[in-house]
Amino acid sequence: MMQNIEQKLISRINEHATPLRIMHVCGTHERTISKYAIRDIIPEEVQLLSGPGCPVCVTPVEDIDFAIALARSGKVITSFGDMMRVPGTTGSLFDARSEGYDIRMVYSIDDAIKIAKDNPALDIVFFGIGFETTAPSNAAAILRGIPENFSIITSHKLMPPAMEILTQDTNVDGFLAPGHVSTIIGTGPYDPISEKGFPIVVTGFEVLDVLLGIAMVQDQIGSDRSCVENAYPRCVNVEGNLKAREIMYHVFKKTDSNWRGIGMIENSGLALKKEFEEFDAINVHADIYDKTSHEKRASEIDNHENDLYEGCICAGILTARAEPSQCPLFGRRCSPEDPVGPCMVSLEGTCYNWYKYTRNKGI
Amino acid sequence: MCIAIPGKITSILNENTATVDIGGIKRKVNLDLIGGADSSLIGKNALVHVGYAISLISDEESEEILKLLRDLMDPS
Repeated sequence: MMQNIEQKLISRINEHATPLRIMHVCGTHERTISKYAIRDIIPEEVQLLSGPGCPVCVTPVEDIDFAIALARSGKVITSFGDMMRVPGTTGSLFDARSEGYDIRMVYSIDDAIKIAKDNPALDIVFFGIGFETTAPSNAAAILRGIPENFSIITSHKLMPPAMEILTQDTNVDGFLAPGHVSTIIGTGPYDPISEKGFPIVVTGFEVLDVLLGIAMVQDQIGSDRSCVENAYPRCVNVEGNLKAREIMYHVFKKTDSNWRGIGMIENSGLALKKEFEEFDAINVHADIYDKTSHEKRASEIDNHENDLYEGCICAGILTARAEPSQCPLFGRRCSPEDPVGPCMVSLEGTCYNWYKYTRNKGI
Repeated sequence: MCIAIPGKITSILNENTATVDIGGIKRKVNLDLIGGADSSLIGKNALVHVGYAISLISDEESEEILKLLRDLMDPS
């Protein structure tokens, strides 16, 4: 039955095709779109653009450098697997591990806290990354109480401010909003963007969900409407998860934040509130943080390209001003086995997905 | 990173932790973000992300999505 519905949606998208640039801002959307070749089954004039929806891709190089500096000074660095191979100024966390430093992959902040409790003589640092989907879990763990030998690098990002910037800087007509970010934030934070004339459809992650999202954006454009619609009602409602947000904003406050490849975006990040500053790795290890800050922008990094290596066009890819196939490094010097740019590392990175799913089609 | 996986809550372990069956694999999941764990949640489906339930999943999911599709395909 679902297959039949997918076919009907594809027909509908084709019948209603007009030139349209729809951006998603979620790495998992890119994965579905690339894996199931959705760009190949919809008309060419309906373009699906990949935005800055991969959290490890936009994690600023200074945070990675700080984590590596902490490891080199004897602290234990814990983080999610996706973060491990993203290049900083002098390599990745995995490179540091191969040098013999203590870097451990965890599934959850709770795993990192357990390591701290089991090893009271060690300094454990959790490298906290991710969007609104992930930040509440870290806040909940902090509220439950964390051991003295535990601190956090908070590198969380908020998606609506980035979408707002993209409406100004990128040629885009509408958005597929990220399903699981919206589970937390609800649909309200997108209203100011849709009120500026950009249709927004909160979209899930199956092929059917993505096709439905595309068709609903198309429908809004076709009927000259722009509002926020929810194509993922099984996991998203208008108000979002109030409890999760209450916990998140009990611990964190909004702050300006640096997005790798994009730059500073006002109120687009989270920092620990004053009462939780004692857990902030920047304060706990201030000497190392200050030293890293001074050494920032050294060696191979090109200062003018938002902390990317020379030749890497991830800055353009993260803002949909370029496609991976336009990068001179793509598939040659840069591959998932040996990534040069952050977009080639994670399962959610645009370059990774294009390399894995579209490279052999000569795109 | 932002992917979350649905699973069924099968037992309550303490005031904030439950066992959730995710595709046949049982995992301990923290329920703080949905207001804590209590026995009324057993049998419900939760969306799990990095070891935390981030929401309960609507039982009426199929009906809601079918309504969206009907509205789109057959507007009246």
